[in-house]
Amino acid sequence: MALLEVKGLTKRFGGLTAVKRLDFHLDEGEILGMIGPNGAGKTTVFNLITGIYPPDGGEIRLNGQSLLGLRPHVITELGIARTFQNIRLFANITALENVMAGQHCRTRAGVLGAIFRLRSQRLEEQRILREAERCLRFLGLYEKRHELAKNLPYGDQRRLEIARALATGPQLLILDEPTAGMSEKESSELMDIISQVRDSGVTILLIEHDMKVVMGISDRIIALDNGEKIAEGRPAEVQRNQRVIEAYLGKEEV
Amino acid sequence: MKDLFLRLKGIDQRWWYLALALGIILFPWFTSNYWISVAVFFGIYALLGLSLNIILGYAGLFQLGHAAFWAVGAYTTAILNTRYGIPIFVTLPISALVSALFAILITKPILHLRGDYLCLVTIGFGEIVRLFLFNDPLGITGGINGIRGIDRPSIFGFVFHQPIHYYYLTLAFVVFTIFAMRRLENSRLGRAWIYVREDELAAEAMGIDTTQVKLLAFIIGAAWAGVAGTLYASRYTVIAPETFSFWNSCVMFCIVIIGGVGSIPGVLVGTLGMVVLPELLRDVLEEVVQWRMLVFGAAMMLMMIFRPEGFWPSPIRRHELRAAELTASE
Repeated sequence: MALLEVKGLTKRFGGLTAVKRLDFHLDEGEILGMIGPNGAGKTTVFNLITGIYPPDGGEIRLNGQSLLGLRPHVITELGIARTFQNIRLFANITALENVMAGQHCRTRAGVLGAIFRLRSQRLEEQRILREAERCLRFLGLYEKRHELAKNLPYGDQRRLEIARALATGPQLLILDEPTAGMSEKESSELMDIISQVRDSGVTILLIEHDMKVVMGISDRIIALDNGEKIAEGRPAEVQRNQRVIEAYLGKEEV
Repeated sequence: MKDLFLRLKGIDQRWWYLALALGIILFPWFTSNYWISVAVFFGIYALLGLSLNIILGYAGLFQLGHAAFWAVGAYTTAILNTRYGIPIFVTLPISALVSALFAILITKPILHLRGDYLCLVTIGFGEIVRLFLFNDPLGITGGINGIRGIDRPSIFGFVFHQPIHYYYLTLAFVVFTIFAMRRLENSRLGRAWIYVREDELAAEAMGIDTTQVKLLAFIIGAAWAGVAGTLYASRYTVIAPETFSFWNSCVMFCIVIIGGVGSIPGVLVGTLGMVVLPELLRDVLEEVVQWRMLVFGAAMMLMMIFRPEGFWPSPIRRHELRAAELTASE
């Protein structure tokens, strides 16, 4: 059974159909790249999967369980974590505190635990800290853990978002243009990290605008244009696909 | 002079805290009943400020109807005590519980509102509660006259009836509240409030049930205000609707904003400014009593112009405010 299954997914904004009867699936342990020109509907698909928008039609299933109508935090708890295209860190707190947010849905301490510092609460706090530090190390940010998120350089902020998402303990990690605005060197380093994340057992869905980045790392690619799937397959196949080339470069005038 | 300042600064901080603690404990022995009463008043408002700070400071929810929760606590105690003779220390937890339930009832439908919209609704429910108490449709709140004859709290036969007794009772509550708030700040829930305040969508995407976290802020804040209401009712033995007016919700709001949003010492400084300062001005400006509120209002305006983050802000809040100002000026 596929880890994630999307069938007939449709989303309209007023008169505009942003996503049209989209079908795709993700197998466990793979990296699926989603490409398409600006406005193709990639981010909308992400927002539908993570429950930020309700779809107008279709079905989304994780491990066979429907995600329709679930609130975003429940979907995260079920095992889907994401990053944002325009970075959405908690800017005014430290990198470590940012990543600790990810552990919230895996822990339970409440008001009384906090006030009376019960043993279970103290142990849980230690666990949160250890897990957050592990994720920071994984992304190479451990040394900068006490810096405020907003004071980190741009590339570090992108990586911090991934660390925060990983701290939720996801089965599926959704990355929305993780290399946007990065130098070539930074983005190739990030691709190495993403491969490592996959090797640690997390399935990855990756939006990329930049074809070069996504071709090297993805097992499979789907291409969107105007909210519709125009191609699907191995990177080399999709790259040669006539409709994909047209979508990116425009149709040749005859 | 500068030398003296440096030498004072060199003293270990712990000595300052010890001196402060001693000063607070010994205060009633060196002063008049009038100032002890002012101190008790300060304590009750400090509790109200700290309870509002959970909602406004930690969770960042604009709440301008906090007097409603205070009123629910005070009236619960007054009704249970005068009608059924239930002792104050028993009505205390009941009041906290009733205020909390009341908070669930009225804030659950409005939690999705943001900023100014939420603010307007809270003003609305504050007024509804006041008018309910005033018009007394159920015949239990005593209408405009309120409720009189509320007992003093007593424990093991000891009755807290003098100002000095009340001073220590209130002090105990304030100390416990500060202790509890500090622990809440540094907990899983305290962090969740920061996340929600900083970026609600990102918090939700990180698996935080933002509705529940915001509701919890209202529940805890309301319960604590209910406790403050019980203390108030039993201190003055008389309560009336006008005490729980919009103006008092504003005073609590200002305590948190002027003191420093999200900061415990800030709230205490804010309470000094909003509650004790007008009393001091009463002495200084005896000749021109009508100037008192004018000076007070002008001071608030100057404060917001020159130090919008408050007297003693929490570091996170200062960063947030600076960042907001930068984006606004861009």
